[in-house]
Amino acid sequence: MKLFRFSSPATFYPLAGKITPYFWVLAALALAVGLYWGFFETPDRLGGTNPQKEYYRIIFIHVPAAWMSMWLYLMLAVWSAIGLVFNTRLSFMMAQATAPTGALFTFVALYSGSIWGHPSWGTWWDWDPRLTSELILFFLYVGYIALHSAIDDPRRGDKASALLAIVGLVMLPLIFWSINCPDPNQCAALHQRSGLSQMEANILFAMLTMTFGLWMYSFAVTLTRLRSLILEREGDTAWARAILERER
Amino acid sequence: MWRVFLCILGRDLRLAMRRRTEVLTTLFFFIIVISLFPLGVGTEKQILRILGPGVVWVAALLASMLALERLFAADHEDGTLEQMLMTPQPLSLVVLAKVSAHWLLTGLPLVAMAPVMGMQYHLPEGALVAMVLALLLGTPVLSLIGAIGAALTLGLRGGGILLSLLILPLYIPVLVYGSRAVTVSAIDFAETLPYFSLLGAFLLLALVLSPLAAAAALRIATE
Repeated sequence: MKLFRFSSPATFYPLAGKITPYFWVLAALALAVGLYWGFFETPDRLGGTNPQKEYYRIIFIHVPAAWMSMWLYLMLAVWSAIGLVFNTRLSFMMAQATAPTGALFTFVALYSGSIWGHPSWGTWWDWDPRLTSELILFFLYVGYIALHSAIDDPRRGDKASALLAIVGLVMLPLIFWSINCPDPNQCAALHQRSGLSQMEANILFAMLTMTFGLWMYSFAVTLTRLRSLILEREGDTAWARAILERER
Repeated sequence: MWRVFLCILGRDLRLAMRRRTEVLTTLFFFIIVISLFPLGVGTEKQILRILGPGVVWVAALLASMLALERLFAADHEDGTLEQMLMTPQPLSLVVLAKVSAHWLLTGLPLVAMAPVMGMQYHLPEGALVAMVLALLLGTPVLSLIGAIGAALTLGLRGGGILLSLLILPLYIPVLVYGSRAVTVSAIDFAETLPYFSLLGAFLLLALVLSPLAAAAALRIATE
């Protein structure tokens, strides 16, 4: 079947090598535009009665990083599920290559959230539901990476951590929900409405551009990592040896 | 089909009764952790009352997790597990039987001990009843979710500490609602119903899903 042509590491390796530079270019462009827009084209203050001053601009890093961390966990679980269903090595490698980037983004979201929290809440850490959820997501990523690296046999490691990723995906809504409404009697009052529709157009543009940039960065960096994973794992095949010889 | 369930349940219970220390170790771990907190944070009545529900629940989480390491390990070492994998009966049923035995041996004693521990923290009587109920609904969920982690880390070096990394984040919903049910019951017992409904829902979900996941994990670990 044509669809599965690139599911073999041998055919995907050169393809990934060809498309990765485009993702780097897209990422660099979007991040440059997003940062410029975020710094120079957006208002200096945010909000009405109790405005946030310049420091609110950290959302241009914080929010896209948080979004990407959640999106990448979904991707991690999807690749894991595909791997378990079709038993394709490449899907597991894709999941494995995604995990460090996802963990990195949760860390960036936590770090920037903490920096933002200091001027606006007056403390580095408040048990804000969204920040707490991000912390738990970070733990899930760490658990996935730890399990994968603890198992010597790569086949078992792939499958075990894939199962863990899927279990994590099933549990995540419950975990987020329990953190967001610890009191089920008042859950409706605690629910936060999305502020996207009432956001200033320039701020929204900068935020979405940054998100796109980080997304492209994730593609670029994941594919780069995937290529070294392929070479590492397929090191004893003839085609991988040929590539290694050529690049020496 | 239920004969295999009862057979494994009976076997595991009998085996544990021949070696009672393992059961008692978990229980004493639970007691010691809870007793350490007042020594660390001070023995003021007001503070202990606030901390009590959370401390008891976190101790239950840790105790149940530490006990989980042994859930499949002994059978894995002597090859019994391989035989179980080859039975014609569904593997998830075998897992469910093992988890049930495990809970009866390590979960139930904690539930029975919890009111005494609650008294150390000056919790009112209503809260002690709520604590027993919440632990009764919540600790089986801990064992069920933990079984997945125990199967995934089967036979790995450093399995125990790795298990905690994988499983503790997944315990959060039970911890949140379990400990808050106790806190709320100290104010108004009627308000606790939604918490118990949620814990009951978690138990049903875990009963259905986690034996399947743990069985899949066992097959991965032993293939």
